[in-house]
Amino acid sequence: MTGTARPQRHRPAASALRGLIGAAVLLAAVEGLTRAELVNPATLPPASAILTTTGRILLDPEFLTSVGGTLLAWAIGMLIAAAMAVPLGVLLGSSRRSYLAATMAIEFLRPIPSVALIPLVILLRGRGLDFKVILIVYASVWPILFNTIYGMRDVDPQARETARAYGLNRIAILWRISLRAASPFIYTGVRISAGIALILAISAELIAGGGPGIGTWMIANSQAGVPREFLYAGIVVSGLLGVAINRLMVAGEHRLFAWHHRVRGSGS
Amino acid sequence: MSVAGGDAATRPGVAGLGVWLGGVGLRLSVLIGMAVTWQLVTTLVDDPVNWPTFVDVIGRFWDSWASDPDAWLRSLAPSLGRLLAGWFGAVIVGVALGSLIGLSAVARHSVGPIIQFLRAIPPPALLPLFIVLLGIGDAMKVAMILFGAIWPVLLNTVDGVSSVEPLHRETGRVYRIGVRDELTRIVLPSAAPKIFAGLRMSLSIAVIMMVISEMVATVNGVGFELVQAQRSFRNLDVWATIVLLGIIGYVLNAMLAAVEGYVLGWHRGAMRTRS
Repeated sequence: MTGTARPQRHRPAASALRGLIGAAVLLAAVEGLTRAELVNPATLPPASAILTTTGRILLDPEFLTSVGGTLLAWAIGMLIAAAMAVPLGVLLGSSRRSYLAATMAIEFLRPIPSVALIPLVILLRGRGLDFKVILIVYASVWPILFNTIYGMRDVDPQARETARAYGLNRIAILWRISLRAASPFIYTGVRISAGIALILAISAELIAGGGPGIGTWMIANSQAGVPREFLYAGIVVSGLLGVAINRLMVAGEHRLFAWHHRVRGSGS
Repeated sequence: MSVAGGDAATRPGVAGLGVWLGGVGLRLSVLIGMAVTWQLVTTLVDDPVNWPTFVDVIGRFWDSWASDPDAWLRSLAPSLGRLLAGWFGAVIVGVALGSLIGLSAVARHSVGPIIQFLRAIPPPALLPLFIVLLGIGDAMKVAMILFGAIWPVLLNTVDGVSSVEPLHRETGRVYRIGVRDELTRIVLPSAAPKIFAGLRMSLSIAVIMMVISEMVATVNGVGFELVQAQRSFRNLDVWATIVLLGIIGYVLNAMLAAVEGYVLGWHRGAMRTRS
């Protein structure tokens, strides 16, 4: 994913202002379209109505429980994915032969679309929390695995040789040199997965339920009789949640890995 | 992020054919190894309903998909048609919009937050909206695929176009080559590697969106067959359809990689002489 972590060379205040203006223009356009009844307000409610409803559901304990349910599945899934992908990536990235064999095995497994597993997981595990978690793990393992392998192969061989010359054993070299050098790449993988995992969690809830969550809440609130604003407010919250998670992860990246050339932006 | 993209085995090098054959051989042995592992593990687990063996799944795949031209016409053709329509739409709109946005810093800053927001919306959340707007026919499904697949193309095009070497564009301007030539001969070619990286990501998202759109409101397609198999507890058919979807993804990806290799041949050559 490019384009998200680019350092802003120009005045950040000016570009933030332009962003605000852009968003305001879009909101005004939606508002105008519905107020002028060019679009049926029953289909697309005015932006102001959507925003007030968004504010209201953010104070609604029932909705907040749903957000909590989605985030819980997200967090568990991410933890399991990282716990699986990082050690595997370290192993596969350390030797050329295992790397070749692994990339080919991955090449065959990765094209299987994550949502295609939804029916299978429902048949095997039912529709509980583990249903969501399994799907999240499947989708978020790949970016972490790829980036870990990539990071391990990017470790400067000279640094490793130097450490060996100083008498460090294999474990110490792995821990103090290789993992440390690969950590920015691993983090990038986790950051990419975080966004994918959230989208997949809500998608799975929308398609098949699976305990309390934003998606199940949206399904319940898209039935006849419930004003459309609620569905749109749910969409707005899930979009904002994705943006917020990405922002946090990018901020963490800049804080943790300011020393690394990829974050500093001098290398490509 | 082309980690697996630059595999040395498929690149025609000095040892050309031999290396390529070695790559194919290695791929085949990895594939066979995976199949044997699957067969062994499922035989040991001995739970044929939930965890069918490799031979059973491939047998069912052969019977209900590979050897049945009727299934191709009934399910595969509509699915692939919508997939390609949506993906090509995403490519055209994404590259066009991305070039426009990428060329101006003001545009980039103004729509940046909107793009980030829209991209973070889980596409199935828009399904009710798309159904209200477009009905439950092919148009809705194509629009869903387009909406899901456009973001990597758009973002990578913006990124590629905005990081074109200014000197190249200025040189072009000095020679008065005109806006259209500037775009097609300088900007787009130099953004092409990034655009292709976006195309590859968007293609796998398009397959996912095809399945999602067919799972919800439809009467045909591979995703529909998948849900039907699940609802009637035909586990073996679920496995066979997953295999089919994996093959679709793999073949589409390989085709795009071939096009990329052809189009970006100059780029690799240029990078090699430089280093």
